[in-house]
Amino acid sequence: MSAAAAPRAASCTLERRGERVVLVLAGDWLLARGGPSAAGELHDVTASGARELGFDCTALGDWDSLLVTLLHRLDAACEQAGVTLLGDGLPEGAQRLLALAGAVPRRGEAPPAHPVWWRRLLGGQILAGAWRGLLDALGFIGEIVLACGRLLRGRANTRAVDFFWFLQQTGPAAIGIVTLISVLVGMILAYLGSVQLRQFGAQVYVADLVGIGMVREMGALMTGVIMAGRTGAAFAAQLGTMQTREEIDAVRTLGIDPTEFLVLPRLLALVLVMPLLTLYSGVLGMCGGALVALGMDVSWTQYLNETRNAVTLAHIMTGEAKAVAFGVVIAVAGCHAGMRCGRSSEAVGKATTRAVVSAIVWLIVADAAFNILYQRLGI
Amino acid sequence: MRTGDPHIEVRGLTMRYGARVIQRDLEFTVNRGDVFVIMGGSGCGKSTLLKHMIGLLEPATGEVLYDGVSFQRAGAAGRDALRRRWGITYQSGGLFSAMTLAENVALPLQQYTPLDAAAIADVVAYKLALVGLAGFEDYYPSEISGGMQKRAGLARAIALDPEILFFDEPSAGLDPLSSRLLDELILHMRDALGVTVVIVTHELASIFAIGNNSVYLDAESRTMLDHGDPKELRERSRHETVRRFLARAGTEGT
Ligand SMILES: Nc1ncnc2c1ncn2[C@@H]1O[C@H](COP(=O)(O)OP(=O)(O)O)[C@@H](O)[C@H]1O
Ligand SMILES: [Mg+2]
Repeated sequence: MSAAAAPRAASCTLERRGERVVLVLAGDWLLARGGPSAAGELHDVTASGARELGFDCTALGDWDSLLVTLLHRLDAACEQAGVTLLGDGLPEGAQRLLALAGAVPRRGEAPPAHPVWWRRLLGGQILAGAWRGLLDALGFIGEIVLACGRLLRGRANTRAVDFFWFLQQTGPAAIGIVTLISVLVGMILAYLGSVQLRQFGAQVYVADLVGIGMVREMGALMTGVIMAGRTGAAFAAQLGTMQTREEIDAVRTLGIDPTEFLVLPRLLALVLVMPLLTLYSGVLGMCGGALVALGMDVSWTQYLNETRNAVTLAHIMTGEAKAVAFGVVIAVAGCHAGMRCGRSSEAVGKATTRAVVSAIVWLIVADAAFNILYQRLGI
Repeated sequence: MRTGDPHIEVRGLTMRYGARVIQRDLEFTVNRGDVFVIMGGSGCGKSTLLKHMIGLLEPATGEVLYDGVSFQRAGAAGRDALRRRWGITYQSGGLFSAMTLAENVALPLQQYTPLDAAAIADVVAYKLALVGLAGFEDYYPSEISGGMQKRAGLARAIALDPEILFFDEPSAGLDPLSSRLLDELILHMRDALGVTVVIVTHELASIFAIGNNSVYLDAESRTMLDHGDPKELRERSRHETVRRFLARAGTEGT
């Protein structure tokens, strides 16, 4: 591999010399410059009927893997056609590399199949997979219920330190974003209502709309969405990474139930934090609404009185019940995705996506169910 | 630039994480065609030194020269040009799990060569054959064993015919047979490709089997104790610690 002055284009030509064919290699064969595809030569070698293939490298300049790649292909083609490849005309380094590449025989068996997504859709595999996932999720919930039972009897391997750690991670650390979103949602509700109410000169009822709207509905829902994106995704990523690093296997083989040890502290922390954050979100939403109302000639005391009349304990409790359920949904979706994660970094990404998507879908489904239930019960 | 000329020179290198000094005043030369072993006990800073050599970490003081060119003083373009000449294999393979082996090896080729898809596929097939993985093009990393992942990582590292190959603990987590095969493969690569090899390991069997130059980092004194051919250091090192470290080879029997 001497340093040539001016680079010359790579070329190869086939010549017949008596019994053997000779491939004349010339120019610089470098990956960085590319070379001829040599498909024709490859075909001619096998079709020529010659018994031997030799090489003439007198005009060969610089070379690297590009040349050996060609030789490697020739080697395979010659072996198939029963032509003997005589490497002695080649540079010594190339002969060595060629021998090294041929040292381990090619593996015969076919690689595992990786069908594309639409084939799997047509084959029903995606539907079947979703169904299996649902059944598996039910099983997972069953495991959690059993683990909770053991916890109540004081026989579970759930560590208090873990619980407090997740409490800190899910609660105080989320205050900032919950504050921002809640104030904005409160303002949005107020603007929405004021357009209608102003037509009747009833701006003061904005307080009712915002208060009840936040406490019954938007507080829990918005907090749920934030926590699904923030905490549910984090749970899935943490557990998924533990899965790829065989940490969950280690937990299991130490005789510790991973549901008790890993899932319960996360679930309990989120279930405790969600109602508190929802309450906080409701209060801040009303503040946001008040800001808008003050700009529409409603006084601060009017707004406060109106809110106090409208928002009853029943309203608050309906919101809190939702918050608890949402906490369960988010934690289960996140932990389930994480615990069932595959063993590669790509699988962690998929698990995180699945955690957030299924948490949000089930959040909305649960919210609708709650509203139908409340309607029937007349709460 | 012939075999035996200085290839990598480490000059007055001090490495720190924050205020904590890991190693200070490292000074050694790796010659062209060497298999250079970075050795020392666990936690003495071997991986840290490797990361400084490949520019993932900035030195507290000192510099690393490649063919007399300082990596630290090179600009962004100069650093890129230097990096292009290295192949690096990571402790756990470092393969992209969302890509097949063929796509993994093809990535640097697509990035830095003008070759078309068919030509790249040919080069990939050749590189995988070199590391003994012919026929595994369409496997994903998760579908092959740990030893095969290391070899696939090596195939990606040599995709662009590097001048220097860096390895961090290539035989960690491999069975003795796979680890010996990998050692042999590294030697074959060195002989056939004429590359310089820098390798982090504390496997004594590997150190003597493939190393012809080395540096010993000491965790206690936080500096290098000795450097040179490991077989000579075993007999004639000025430092008792180094001789003892290397003499364990006989008793371990691996
Ligand atoms: N990113 C980091 N930040 C701070 N300290 C580190 C970091 N990585 C390693 N260390 C510390 O530096 C020392 C050397 O680490 P390392 O180079 O990984 O050792 P080894 O010789 O086993 O490869 C260790 O004490 C380790 O704790
Ligand atoms: Mg290390």
